[in-house]
Parts: sequence; structure tokens; C-alpha cells
Amino acid sequence: MRNFEHITPPDLESAVDLLSERGTKSIAGGTDLLPEMKSRLRSPRRLVNLKALEELRYLKHNARKGFQIGALTTLAEIESNELIREKIPILAQAASVAASPQLRNMGTIGGNLCQSVRCWYYRAPEFKCWLKGGDTCYAIEGENKFHAILESSPCCAVHPSDLAPALMALGASVHITGTDEEGTVSLEEFFVRPKASNRQMTILGANELITEVQVPMLDGDSSGIYLKAMDRKVWAFALVSVAVQVSWDKERVKGARIVLGGVAPIPWRVPAAEEIVRDQAITEEIATSASEAALEGAQPLRDNGYKIALAKALVKRALMTLAERAKK
Amino acid sequence: MAKATKTKRASVTVRGPHKMPVHLFVNRQDYELHVEPRRTLLDALRKDLGLTGAKKVCDEGTCGACTVIVDGKPVYSCLTLAIECEEKSIETIEALAQDGKLHALQQAFIEEDAYQCGFCTPGQIMSLKALLDENPNPTLDDVKRAVSGNLCRCGAYPKIFRAGLRAAEILRSKKGA
Repeated sequence: MRNFEHITPPDLESAVDLLSERGTKSIAGGTDLLPEMKSRLRSPRRLVNLKALEELRYLKHNARKGFQIGALTTLAEIESNELIREKIPILAQAASVAASPQLRNMGTIGGNLCQSVRCWYYRAPEFKCWLKGGDTCYAIEGENKFHAILESSPCCAVHPSDLAPALMALGASVHITGTDEEGTVSLEEFFVRPKASNRQMTILGANELITEVQVPMLDGDSSGIYLKAMDRKVWAFALVSVAVQVSWDKERVKGARIVLGGVAPIPWRVPAAEEIVRDQAITEEIATSASEAALEGAQPLRDNGYKIALAKALVKRALMTLAERAKK
Repeated sequence: MAKATKTKRASVTVRGPHKMPVHLFVNRQDYELHVEPRRTLLDALRKDLGLTGAKKVCDEGTCGACTVIVDGKPVYSCLTLAIECEEKSIETIEALAQDGKLHALQQAFIEEDAYQCGFCTPGQIMSLKALLDENPNPTLDDVKRAVSGNLCRCGAYPKIFRAGLRAAEILRSKKGA
């Protein structure tokens, strides 16, 4: 790791000012940034220590606004928060399987949404892949068993966050503060497919920070589930994950949000599947056709065709489980 | 020397890139180190303080051999900057045995033979220490979850789980006694 200046800002305003200078990065939990710095993927000259900003460490809830979660809230705090477990358990579930206990004590919700992809070509300094400013996505022709089956060009890495699909299923937004402006955007707007002029998976500018995650109040009778398939039993990044949040009218679905993780460069909401379950009582047939619709258009690469079957099975299982619970 | 802030706005604190004094509170003792900002807590413990119980294996937050307790929570010291641990309480495996007497966890690891090579053991024990400090009555599942961020390539997991549960028993009986 190259050396750097370590800067502690007194407040948020100074923090974003500092980030405007080239070669400056922000650090919160550090669980994603420090490995990148150790492998010389990034070598910032200055680090701005966000952990000092106590103003970003809170978890509030009220009946009108829902949840407001400060960006520095750790995954462990989210997982163990009683109100979150009671009202939006899908988020506690996602946080509890996101990483090992040590990493959950360190990693923050803001950092989790901004983390870099795990693609091995991206992580290896010797490959100057497209996402790092090169010309080629090496995974498209190379080793791609963990890569995208949807929207896999020009970069087929998948977004690794577990919280992102769960939050998107909850209709969450993030508040962003920059030097010139600040505002709130939905997660569907926050995550963008990478393109030549913006080689990253979010709209976040270099001198901008997520300061708060907002989860709106849910409809009276609502339930959700987060399912994650991994290649080992304890913790690993998702092969495929699915987040489903359903609002019910007795046993009928009033509305549903279905989001897949591990299949595309960004958390992948599937409106076609949501449409199929709307106004229906979920039967096995309905769940099956929703799972087919969720994966429509998927184009596997050489080694990741299994993700299609896996994703369909997870969507179906998620819907069936929620339907079972709704009957009780 | 008192630092008076004359401007209305509080000032930024810039440290490094060169070596500077960093104060750490480790195992109830104060230390002053001279390190660069890039010094990880793991390297500070091992190289500057000679506390080599925490092990450096993957050095990227995957294996758990470097686990120490910071302010009551188990963390990976390889992904923690020493400079960001000032004013925090750091606990390492070296603090467990007191006056030549082993901690209940160490005793339980011996009794259950909860290792083969022993390289992951300090990390496993620190993860379990954090669990038992918070929850004196853990279930098997709690124990499994507590060490789920600590790899053991020898595969001693079943014995590690038993040692965790036995240590909880030992501690409870001591408290009751």
C-alpha cells in the first residue's frame, strides 16, 4: 500500500470539499478500499476519514417518513436493530448474510452501496480491463462463472451488494451530498449501467457522498424475503440473490417489487415478473411464470448458464414462501 | 500547548504521510508508536508492539487469523488502520491469560483439542471472546455464527464449536461459584 495523508474533517461540508481535490478518497469501514489499496488498484494520496463524522451515525424511524439510516451505520447495527427486524426484516436478513461478523462490525451501509465489483480481472492490477479505463472486458471471453447473465456488455461484472437488492425491493432512496448540490435519488436512479463516460455502477461523483439511506413506510400488510445462493455455506458473495417485497390484500398480492442480485452489473429489478403476480393469489403456476419472466432475455456467458436456473428457483421459492406465510 | 481555533469553522486534522506519534490503548496499557498512516493495526501490533498473537495470513479480510477486539467488537486488524484506533480499547489474545492462569476459552480449547496446526486459534478465540462477553449463554448456532469469519484449513470446526460451548459453561460455573 502506498503511503498517504490521513485527514480527519470536522464536518460533512469540509469532507466533500476535501474530496474535490484529485487523488483523494474517502474511507469509512475500509473493508473494500484497503484491499484495493494493498493491491495498488488504487493509490490515493489523501484519505478523508468519514468515521469522525458523528452526524452520519444514526438510525431513526417514524410513522410518516419510515426509516432514515445514517451512512455510517454498520451492517451489524442494521442486522441487530429491533425496529428493522420487526418492520423491514428483509433488510436485516440481507445485512446478516452480507459478510462475516468481523466485516459486518466494520462495513457501513453507505460503503456497502458504493463497493467495487469483485470481478477477478478488475481486482488484478495486471489487467487493464474496460472498467478500469481499458478497451477490453476480459471476463466476456475469459473465466466468467461469477459474472453477469443480463446486460453483460461492455462490462460483465456483477454488483456485489446484498443490501442493494433488499433496499431496492423496499423502494429505498439515498441522500447524496456534494460540493455544489445535494439531493435524494431512488436506488433505481442511483445504480446505472457503466458506460464509457462513467465507468462505474453508480451516479456518485468523486466529490459526493451518500449521507443517508431512506426507506419509506410500507403499506399496512407487507412482507419481504431475501434469499442468497453462495458457493459455500457461510459467507461469500452472492452467486445469485433475490429480494422480494409484497404488499397484500389478504392473500392477494396488491403489489410486489422483485429485485435480483448477482445477475447484472447493477441490482436488477424485474417489472415483468412483478406484473405477473399483481392482483393474484400466488400459486405454484403464478410463481413459476413470474420466475420465467424475471429471467427473460438472460444471455449466459460460457461458464454461468447455471445462474439462470438458480435465479428462477430463488424467485419461485421466495414467492412461494411469502405466499405460505400470508396464509397464516 | 493549547490549540485555540481562531476561525469560526473547525479545522481539518492532517496527519502523515510521514511517521508520526500514534497512541494506542492495547490490553489496558498505553503505547506511543511512531508509524505512517498506512500502518495497519495488525502490523502495529505485530511489528511495533511485538504482540504476535494476531496472525497475518490473507491480509485482505477473508481468513480471520488477525481478529482482535476493538471497543468490544471483533474486527479484522489487517483492514483497520492503526491511526484510526486512537482512543479505542484494543484487546488481543495476549491479554487473556491472567497471572499465569489460562482464560476459560484457552482452557476449553486445550480440553477439546480444538486445533491441529493452531495458526487460526488466536483469531477463533478472540471471535468467541467477543461472543461470550456479550452473551454468556450462547447456543451452538450462536457459536457457529461467531466464528463464521474465521477459517480453519485443518477443519477443526466441530471441536472449535464444542470448545466455545464448554468455555461458556466454565465461565458460568465460575460466576455461580
